[in-house]
Amino acid sequence: MLSQHLLSIATWLPILGGVAVLATGGDRNANLARRLGLGFAVAAFLATIPLYIGFDARTHEMQFGENYPWIEAFNIRYRLGIDGISLLLILLTSFSTVLVVISAWLVIQRKVAQYMAAFLIMEGLMIGVFSALDAILFYVFWEGMLVPMFLIIGLWGGPNRVYATIKFFLYTFLGSVLMLVAFIYLYYRSGGSFDILAWPAVKLGLTEQILIFLAFFAAFAVKVPMWPVHTWLPDAHVEAPTGGSVILAAIMLKMGAYGFLRFNLPILPDASHELAWFMITLSLIAVVYIGLVALVQEDMKKLIAYSSIAHMGFVTLGFFVFNAQGIEGGIAQMVSHGFISGALFLCVGVLYDRLHSRMIKDYGGVANTMPVFAAFMMLFAMANTGLPGTSGFVGEFLVILGAFQVNVWYAFLAATTLVFGAAYTLWMYKRVLFGAVANDHVAQLADATPREIAYLAALALAVLVMGLWPFPFLDVMHASVEHLLQQVSVSKL
Amino acid sequence: MFGLEMKTVYLLIPLSCLAGALIAGLLGWKIGRAASHTAAILGVAGAFVLSAFVVLPDVLAGHTYDGAVYTWGVSGGVPLEIGFLIDPLSALMMTVVTFVSLMVHIYTVGYMRDDPGYQRFFSYIALFTFSMLMLVMANNFLQLFFGWEAVGLMSYLLIGFWFTRASATHAQLKAFIVNRVGDFGFILGVAAVYLYFGTLDYTPVFAIAPQLAGKTAQIIPGVDWSVLTLVCILLFIGAMGKSAQVPLHVWLPDSMEGPTPISALIHAATMVTAGVFMVARMSPLYELSETALSVVLVIGAITALFMAFVGIVQNDIKRVVAYSTLSQLGYMMVALGASAYAAGIFHLMTHAFFKALLFLAAGSVIIALHHEQDMRKMGGLKDYMPWTFLTAWAGSLALVGIPPFAGFFSKDMIIEAVHASQLPGSGFAYVAVLSGVFVTALYTFRMLFMTFYGKPRMDEHARSHLKESPWVVTVPLVLLALPSVVIGFLTVEPLLFGGYFGAALKVLPGHDVLARLGQDYHGWGPFVAHGLQSAPFLLAVGGIGLAWLLYYRYPQLPEELSRKFRLPYTILVRKYGFDEFNDTVFAGGARRFGGLLWRIGDVKLIDGLAVNGTARVIGWVATVVRHVQSGYVYHYAFAMILGLFLLITVFLYR
Repeated sequence: MLSQHLLSIATWLPILGGVAVLATGGDRNANLARRLGLGFAVAAFLATIPLYIGFDARTHEMQFGENYPWIEAFNIRYRLGIDGISLLLILLTSFSTVLVVISAWLVIQRKVAQYMAAFLIMEGLMIGVFSALDAILFYVFWEGMLVPMFLIIGLWGGPNRVYATIKFFLYTFLGSVLMLVAFIYLYYRSGGSFDILAWPAVKLGLTEQILIFLAFFAAFAVKVPMWPVHTWLPDAHVEAPTGGSVILAAIMLKMGAYGFLRFNLPILPDASHELAWFMITLSLIAVVYIGLVALVQEDMKKLIAYSSIAHMGFVTLGFFVFNAQGIEGGIAQMVSHGFISGALFLCVGVLYDRLHSRMIKDYGGVANTMPVFAAFMMLFAMANTGLPGTSGFVGEFLVILGAFQVNVWYAFLAATTLVFGAAYTLWMYKRVLFGAVANDHVAQLADATPREIAYLAALALAVLVMGLWPFPFLDVMHASVEHLLQQVSVSKL
Repeated sequence: MFGLEMKTVYLLIPLSCLAGALIAGLLGWKIGRAASHTAAILGVAGAFVLSAFVVLPDVLAGHTYDGAVYTWGVSGGVPLEIGFLIDPLSALMMTVVTFVSLMVHIYTVGYMRDDPGYQRFFSYIALFTFSMLMLVMANNFLQLFFGWEAVGLMSYLLIGFWFTRASATHAQLKAFIVNRVGDFGFILGVAAVYLYFGTLDYTPVFAIAPQLAGKTAQIIPGVDWSVLTLVCILLFIGAMGKSAQVPLHVWLPDSMEGPTPISALIHAATMVTAGVFMVARMSPLYELSETALSVVLVIGAITALFMAFVGIVQNDIKRVVAYSTLSQLGYMMVALGASAYAAGIFHLMTHAFFKALLFLAAGSVIIALHHEQDMRKMGGLKDYMPWTFLTAWAGSLALVGIPPFAGFFSKDMIIEAVHASQLPGSGFAYVAVLSGVFVTALYTFRMLFMTFYGKPRMDEHARSHLKESPWVVTVPLVLLALPSVVIGFLTVEPLLFGGYFGAALKVLPGHDVLARLGQDYHGWGPFVAHGLQSAPFLLAVGGIGLAWLLYYRYPQLPEELSRKFRLPYTILVRKYGFDEFNDTVFAGGARRFGGLLWRIGDVKLIDGLAVNGTARVIGWVATVVRHVQSGYVYHYAFAMILGLFLLITVFLYR
């Protein structure tokens, strides 16, 4: 009984958990809220593990499927299922939420229950996005997940949070509406079905495909975010509390990339080929332009936010070169970026909690007073530069291999990240952690606490395991990626 | 041996270093200094013993190995593996790397005695040894790149070991980024191999290579490039970074900010030779592209000569040795470019011994003088530090190439090989390496005279505390001095003419300059006798003589000469202006351009014009539309009816 509803459990357990945490009420019961939150986060993580264990990597078919009528008048169904592409993202989501809950333990002192609940509810909604196979269900989860994120930035955010949330809203709302229009159009063209898996079989002309592609693009490119619709991200990160930044970077950005794989490539193969030059150009601009912009940032969070955009450029580049290395590299990069950007935002959080500044110039010589923390951050910084042996290398390497097969110059421009990535990451590291102790505040810094070490170590392990042995990560996606490549290679014209 | 399978032995060699590193690094704070250095030293010693006394004899007996350890990942049906290729080339490298590393480990016990980061240092150098072993033992390009970047990481961490010093953290960042410029080419080279060969394993790549000899690709439309030339040059860009060839050499002199033991191990004996090793390993590819060979030859020759010049004007003892390393790496590259791969690897080996020796000797002087590195404040040390003095002499003679010291054989072979080479650029390269001998002798003996001879120029306090370094320092010096003297004549014959390398190095018959030299070779004795009458020897003696005149007999002369020849002197002191150029154009340019993109592109255009502009337009529309939202129920009802009417119309008529 339970085993047939693993995806529903993964989706609804954290949401129900969030409601339960909310029920603990005000901050008088903060400790209860924390424990309950952690309990539900861990339970939700454990609930996703059977998905990996029971996953059959040999087939591209959707697994752990659930299919029930929901709104029968419009043939909208509650339909869930995952393949090798969504599996890893679900695990990443449940893993990240546990770390976020731990990282908020003492840092959040105001509205603790609401904070924990927001993240748990968001976790469920995000897992819902990755497992929904009905377009309307997908849309509900997609839009629903914005609500807790707005609240997280709006309630626990920095001084300029109103501007950041409005900007975030403006960007994402515009895109999502166009996506809904595309869904409704496909509903009619498919003869009345919101079944995402049925849509690839719908015959569509080139103009139709291109228009639908652009509608999807509006929704997904904003989320990734791709240049030039990326400027909401640095602002959102700067204002978000640490946990919000972690989830934003680790999971929410992946939604856009996931959308391209789930909708654009299989449903619109001709438009995907027709517009590949456009997607690749934007991706390469993200790598080079954003790499240079990251170099001059003075705010650590902004720098990591820009670095995220550049790394996500690799993801979209990989998708639109249409070969196994590119797409698998892109997915690997999504997972790895989840670990690394999450870790880096947590590292900035560790510093921010102590000094209440994100500005690079307020630090210097932190390694003198926080050697253990410095060692962890060095690992994550190196992973961010794509050092072999860390997860950051896997995706970049495969995408470069994939891009080279299509055009040497794509690979050439993409590979500049080896230099830019190292320059902006390590220059920041140098200014913040190396050197003599810069001021009295730094002199009084206390090294990482056991709780901080716990979540940093968990991420360090993930980064190293994926870097040294990406086999289990890549293995589950082969069949699905092959199927996707087959879909995108068959013209509908 | 001991019932162990060879495969297990191969695995044990890097893993014993890794174990030492992990113990010293993770448990060092708990188990203390002695236990940490014991763990690291035992790990490396184990690796050395297994390499020298198990693997090397096994390889000499004709056994080679090529196999995977585990599958790293699979993509597009192509397995990417971690695996070992054990053949004469890797066995030699493993032995050299673990031997020098062991010497440096022991030496470090003395050199870093008072450093608070003692355990961390041992952990780093053991981890470096592990990385370097993985690099040389690789049987595929993926693992090669792993090792390649891992040694770069360790170099970065060790240059900045004293991370509170601004100069050290600047140097480490510079080293990493400049190396990344090389790696940028390297990873594209690996991608090219993957595209054209369909695999990243050496053996099939080398087997397929001849079939691709005529294949071209259009990288720039309308221009046909040989695929193999493209691959070789891209890979060589990586080698230029790691092996510090002009113009990617700028990081190596600055890397001297790191503690001296790592200058010896990483920035002289092993890591910087990775590029040389890589090109030699890829000989089946380079042989098929004369263009690539010429590039290697010319870049190597430029590095060999012009970096040697800079060595003459340095006053920091470590920087003299550093520029000497640059120049010698150039010699090795020249050998590779002339298809004399065996000579290049031979020089790599002799250089590893005598250059590690010279660095460690310099380090011995530096500790004796309480971390003074300026040669102008040295002098007369021969009476205080006999062991350091004698071994420094041995190292200097080997570096200059005086027969029968080790460097003589390897350097003479390179010069002869270039002389015999027919490739474009070999004429220039020959002149460069030949005149380089004179310059090498000049800067080397300048260093020797300024350090050990003449009147002591340090202050009285320092002079009164002068004493020879402890045995942990001098024993490695002696153990490195021995091969610096004898390794040349002992191994020149098997390595160059005896077919030691076998199939590991591939040379096309038309390029085989060493075979031509071999016809005139009749044992090392006659070779020495011949060497004593040759031009390189005369140039070396001339260089020593000039150094003697300038820095021993008439020590006030250099000052006058530098005033008289202001321009060339300034150019050399400024190191040809590479640093200034890079700082302004690349580092500064990237920052200015990035700032421009950010302020104009992101802030002004995208945010200012597009986003906030849209927001303003929406705000304006809203003020207009607001009138619609009147609050009267009958307004809303009317709007709803209107909407319903429209929808029905659409449905009926579609």
